[in-house]
Amino acid sequence: MRNLIAFIRKYSFFFLFLGVETIAFYLIIKNNHFQGSSFLNSTNQLTGGIYTRYAELGDYLHLKEVNDALSDENKRLRENQIRSFERLFGENILVKDTIFKRKYLYTKAKVINNSTHRQNNYLTLNIGSRNGIENGMGVVGPNGVVGVVKNVSDHYASVVSVLHREAKISVKLKNSSYFGSMQWDGEDYRTVMLKDIPNHVQMNEGDTVVTSGFSSIFPEGLNAAVIKTFHVPEGENFYEIKMQLLNDFKQISYVYVLKNNFSSEIKELESGREESND
Amino acid sequence: MIKNIITYPFQFVLFVLLQVLILNNIQLGGTINPFLYILFILWLPIETNKALVMGIAFVLGLSIDVFTDTMGMHASACVFLAFARPFMLNILAPRDGYELNVSPTAGALGWFWFIRYAAIGIFLHHFFLFFVEVFRFTEFFDTMGRVLASSVFSLLLISLAQFFTSNTEEKR
Repeated sequence: MRNLIAFIRKYSFFFLFLGVETIAFYLIIKNNHFQGSSFLNSTNQLTGGIYTRYAELGDYLHLKEVNDALSDENKRLRENQIRSFERLFGENILVKDTIFKRKYLYTKAKVINNSTHRQNNYLTLNIGSRNGIENGMGVVGPNGVVGVVKNVSDHYASVVSVLHREAKISVKLKNSSYFGSMQWDGEDYRTVMLKDIPNHVQMNEGDTVVTSGFSSIFPEGLNAAVIKTFHVPEGENFYEIKMQLLNDFKQISYVYVLKNNFSSEIKELESGREESND
Repeated sequence: MIKNIITYPFQFVLFVLLQVLILNNIQLGGTINPFLYILFILWLPIETNKALVMGIAFVLGLSIDVFTDTMGMHASACVFLAFARPFMLNILAPRDGYELNVSPTAGALGWFWFIRYAAIGIFLHHFFLFFVEVFRFTEFFDTMGRVLASSVFSLLLISLAQFFTSNTEEKR
């Protein structure tokens, strides 16, 4: 016993190191859960507040790019407006629409913190649970998918970016509907990988890849990326595809958070299916 | 001593804000990111209690983590640096030991000494940090490349910071 105490005392510094390092690793592992919520993160009042101030300063520098992106988006939306279509059947028509029901609701948000250089990147938005944001909602930018909400506080939300090693988004080829998953390889913030496309599928460089709509986080057919290069590695059954992201993640400053009005219904149905399998 | 109680917390806040607001936005070639804030740990006076250095390192790392959503990553790397610091100081000690009340700066111990000290410290910290970040050894050389590239950049910045403060150190 005395020897043990002497031993611990002799190497007390080392044991202190082990102890503190254990706490640090406990924090790392606890916070690695994809949807796990945590108390200390960039959505809390202090850090969120500092980042908001700081983002306000930086806004002026990006006004030009933001304006360009917004006006592009406006143009697209105006083109789809009823006013840009010719009326074929005179002035007065009655449309009682019971065929369509709103499925996705968009909430505008501003990015107040963003990173692209780490292996697991996150964004912080200036809206939170008071604006109706919940965990697991999808986030889209002016040119397509950005990420999924991970943590929400009263006024801020933290988003797992597409540029996160663990993020997988279900996508499909726009022209042939073969689906696969979009993942980041941690190298370049402009390119992502497309996995699980079988080697008999026809494709071309420049083909658009859109969301599959399977996850109910994103609507079907939302732009995600464009195919840059593709080849089949020897002896493999699946393509190795590199895609160019359509959003410039370094410049992203305004995004929309998607609320799926049917998500609870879908979840209920799918959990019921698992129970009946048992 | 009273002067230290005021200057060190001030320095602490300054380093954290500088790191999260300015340096984290600087990326050369996409993934190279300089970390200047560890200079705070490197600069602590040599005779500071080892356990105290470790505690300070943990809090410093955690402060960076809170801002960057990397809970525990910087904290673990900083604690590792604090653990290695006494050994680094031992290896690099002058033949007749350190003088009393000396901070490990270029002004007090010379540029050649400081660059070696900083280079070892930066490398150990970055090595730990980047490998904890990817949490796998499969892409060893990829990660190692990023460790070395970032280390060189950090060393440059830390030397620069030392260069701009060393004049005032000597006058004191």
